[in-house]
This record gives sequence, structure tokens and C-alpha cells, in this order.
Amino acid sequence: MENTLKDPQTLPGWGIDANSENDPTYPMREPRLNVSQDPDNKHRPASLQPVDIEVLKTIERPNVSAVFGESSPPVGLSGMIRRFAFKYSESHYGHWLPLLLADRVNVVEGIVEDLAHGKVPNIFAEKGYAVEWKHNRSAFVTKMATIAVLTVGTVLLFTSGNKKSYKPKRRGYYR
Amino acid sequence: MLAMDYRGPKRVRATQKPMPEIKHPQDAIVRVTRSCICGSDLHLYNGNVPDTRVGMTFGHEFTGIVEEVGPDVTKIKVGDHVLVPFNVACGECHFCKQGMFGNCHESNTQASAVGGIFGYSHTAGGYNGGQAEYARVPYANVGPTVIPEGMDPDDAVLLTDVVPTGYQAAEMAGIQPGDTVVVFGAGPVGIMAARCCWLFGAGRVIIIDKEDYRLEFARNYANCEAYNFEKDMDDPVVFIKKATDFMGADCVIDAVGAEAAGNAMQTITGRKLLLQAGSTTALHWAINSVKKGGVVSIVGVYGPTDNLVPIGNVLNKGLTIRANQASVKRLLPRLIEHVQNGVINPKALITHRIPLEEVADGYRMFSAKLDSCIKPLIVFPSANI
Ligand SMILES: [Zn+2]
Ligand SMILES: [Zn+2]
Repeated sequence: MENTLKDPQTLPGWGIDANSENDPTYPMREPRLNVSQDPDNKHRPASLQPVDIEVLKTIERPNVSAVFGESSPPVGLSGMIRRFAFKYSESHYGHWLPLLLADRVNVVEGIVEDLAHGKVPNIFAEKGYAVEWKHNRSAFVTKMATIAVLTVGTVLLFTSGNKKSYKPKRRGYYR
Repeated sequence: MLAMDYRGPKRVRATQKPMPEIKHPQDAIVRVTRSCICGSDLHLYNGNVPDTRVGMTFGHEFTGIVEEVGPDVTKIKVGDHVLVPFNVACGECHFCKQGMFGNCHESNTQASAVGGIFGYSHTAGGYNGGQAEYARVPYANVGPTVIPEGMDPDDAVLLTDVVPTGYQAAEMAGIQPGDTVVVFGAGPVGIMAARCCWLFGAGRVIIIDKEDYRLEFARNYANCEAYNFEKDMDDPVVFIKKATDFMGADCVIDAVGAEAAGNAMQTITGRKLLLQAGSTTALHWAINSVKKGGVVSIVGVYGPTDNLVPIGNVLNKGLTIRANQASVKRLLPRLIEHVQNGVINPKALITHRIPLEEVADGYRMFSAKLDSCIKPLIVFPSANI
């Protein structure tokens, strides 16, 4: 790779936004009062979006924001986990880890919901594998072969395990 | 209407969904004409952002024609072709009044750290995004900006995120004329950041990535030095020290975020086990390769809380760290000027056009970096623009 460059000073716009007073140690902002002195600090938009849907709210604010999305309200088991998560602040594991768990549960719920509507999700298409096949064939074949080997291996492991009855080696240890 | 639909990690599709509705007097509904897939959408796509719910529509970079407005909307009207900044911002709260539109306090109920962002999980407000035929745009008096006469919509759509985020990365780096700036990540934002460093008078710009095609693109587009951390060096930190008289760079920009490659430990703890909110390799490199007293500017997206960051080095080296979501609205007037004067050419970043119907293939192509993809644009056959 060659790294021969043009003189930057010949580039269009070189230095036009330079500001020698732009020392980032000092935040760039207009002079202002601090939060509690600012008479306007509680200012809210004139209208508030009606809360006609379940909205989970962080405990780090007193109210629901004046507008909100809530495009997918909490549902089912994932919804219960999410409601639990919102009992904890954003600085707490108890908030983020349950949310990640709920996301995984939600994926299964999504598949169940599809099936309930008589729709079998086309996972191959949803994962965009066609384009991987087109542009990255050898890596794709390797990946699929690995998945196949792992699947077959796992199945063999479990089925062979079923044949002999399992005998704990240290009998009595757990009693 | 047809819309992108998230079904789970690495699984998306285009689905028929109900039309969005006006829910607040300052709402508008736009018919989307252009919409991009962004590198930060990949954090959602991979399932790394908490509270990304199945059934959600992504897309925070879009333009559209105003179809309907609420009773309090005065700044735009039906028929206007607007670009929609990725931030949902009220324009009136304590933070919006300081120009911190990325930190609005009246657009996100689910988290206090970040303002609302279109199509960016419930952690960023739970708004459906613009990878759909129609989108609800709250606070239509604040964000949406009429595309200036004569501006190519392909340029306009990149003004919703990539250009302002790259520009703000360079601005936050506090570049003084002649400074050496290192940019980690040659995705669209990294490339744009490298280009904007020159506007602040940089003397030397170095970009680092692991994909040769992106480095080649960056070298041509941003006229910067470009190096592959897997091929050209053993250790990026030592490489930069050597390249700067063993002092370190004056400023370093992290344009990577939580999907960083290059460190097995980070990949396992951050991307596979989710013990921390994504991998912080790029941030480690940034902190360790900047000079003492230097500035680290972060625009790469990291998940909330729990990152294993070398904060001791930040203290010992006396670093300034500046980081934020871009405040698109604050920067737009200047950036529109730059585009109109030919100083910045955003649309050159677009390498792929993907119909909404094939959105799953678009995500796969972008996330697996297939077909030399730099920036995919979703096109809407119905838009005719
Ligand atoms: Zn983006
Ligand atoms: Zn605000």
C-alpha cells in the first residue's frame, strides 16, 4: 500500500474551521447558570404525548418524557423481565443484564408469534445468507459445514449417552 | 406499509406493518425517500444493545417527503422534502438550549444518559426508524430540515448522521493547526472524520483499520495515511508511538465502538459472552496511543455501563476525553455550506443501493463487509426521487 499524499494545504477547505481558542479542556458552551439556578431548567414542551400504552420508565427521571416511541410495548415473559429490569437504575447490573436476557427470550417469542400466525420464518432469508453465498462462498461453505459437524456431533453425543444408563462415578458423594 | 423488521440477532426482514400515526401535536409523518444502514445499526443487528425488541424497525438516517403534520407544526409543511437528523430533540429543554440536541431530556423515557434516536432500541426511546416506507417524526419543528434547492438527496441523507458525526469527532478532538491526528476505524464515519480533520487544520492524518478496501477508499477520499493493523504492524500503539517520535499522536478519534476486532480477550468478554458492553479494543488503543495531555474523541457507539476501560492511563497521562452523539441540528448550517461549496462530498461514500425488500441481504452484506461495501443506501421503488 502506498501512502503518498497531496499537500493537505491544497485540499479544499484546509484549516477553514480551525480555531486556536478551541481548547477542548474547556467545554464549548454559552455562558449559563447551573442547573438549579436556571429558572428554565424544568421547562417542558407545551403538550405531552398521552400515555395510552405501557411505557417502561427509567427511575432516573421523575416523569415520562414529553414524547416517546414505545414502538413495541413489553409483552409476555420478556415483558415481565423488562418490567423487573426497570426497577433498577441505569448504573446497576440489575437493569442491563435482565434486559439482555429479555431480548433473547423475545427472539423465541417472535418465532412462536410467527408460527401462531401460520407463518414459518424463513431464517435463511432473514439472515441474508443468499448474499453471503454470492460474495463469500468459500467462507460460507466452511461456516455451514462447521455448524453441520457440530450439530451431528452433538446429536451423536446425546444419543450415545442415552444408550448406557448413567452411573455417577462417586456414588454416595452427593447424599 | 413495508418496513424493516428486527427478529433477533442477525435476523431481519421486510414486513407489512401498520402506518405510523400522529401522536403529539408537533409530530409529522414523512414518506421516506432515502434511508441508510449505519455501522451503529450493526450493534443492534448483532444483539449487543440492551432492550432491542423484536418487531422494531431500525433506521436513523433518512430523508422523506412530509405527508401529514400535527396542529403545532409550523416550520415544515406537507410536500416539503426534508432530511431528518438522527436525534429526536425537543429544542426547548435545558440541554437542547445548549445545542446538545443529542442529549435532549424530553425524548427518551427509558434512559437518562442518551436522548431519543430513531430506530435505535428502547434504550434510545423506542422509536421506529426510517427503514420503512413511512416514519413518524416527533418535534417536527426542530429536527427536520428542508433539503436546500439543488442539493442531491444522496448528499442530504448523509447529513443526517455520517457527516455531522465525523465532523463533530474532529471538532471534539480539539485539533490545532499542524496536529497529528489518528483515526481508528475506516467505516463511513471514520473516513468522514479523517476528511474533516483537515478542515480544522490538521498537519497529518492517519487512519487505521483491518480491511484493505476501506483503507484504500479512505486514502483516496480523505487524502490521509492508511494502515492495516493486521498487516502493517504488530501493535498499533507501538506503531503510532514510532510514527510520532515516540511521543504519541496529538489527538486520537475512536470511530469504531463496541464491535472492535483485534483483541481476542475483548472479543470473548465483550462480543461473545457480553460480560462488558461490547469490545473496547479501539478505545484501549486510542487512550494508549495519544500523547500525554492529548485528546481522545469518541464517537464510536458503546453500550451502556460496564466497559473495561484503562481509566488509570487517562488519569496518569492527563488526557481530555470528549465524547458524544453528534448534535446534528447544531452543525447542519455549517455542513450544508460545506457540501454546497464542494468542500465535502458525502454521496461519494455510497457504494450500494438496496431495495427495502432485500433489507436482510443489505444487513448481511454490510456486517460481513462483502463486495467492498462502504455505505449501503436503502432505496424505495415507490419514492420516485
Ligand atoms: Zn448512523
Ligand atoms: Zn430537548
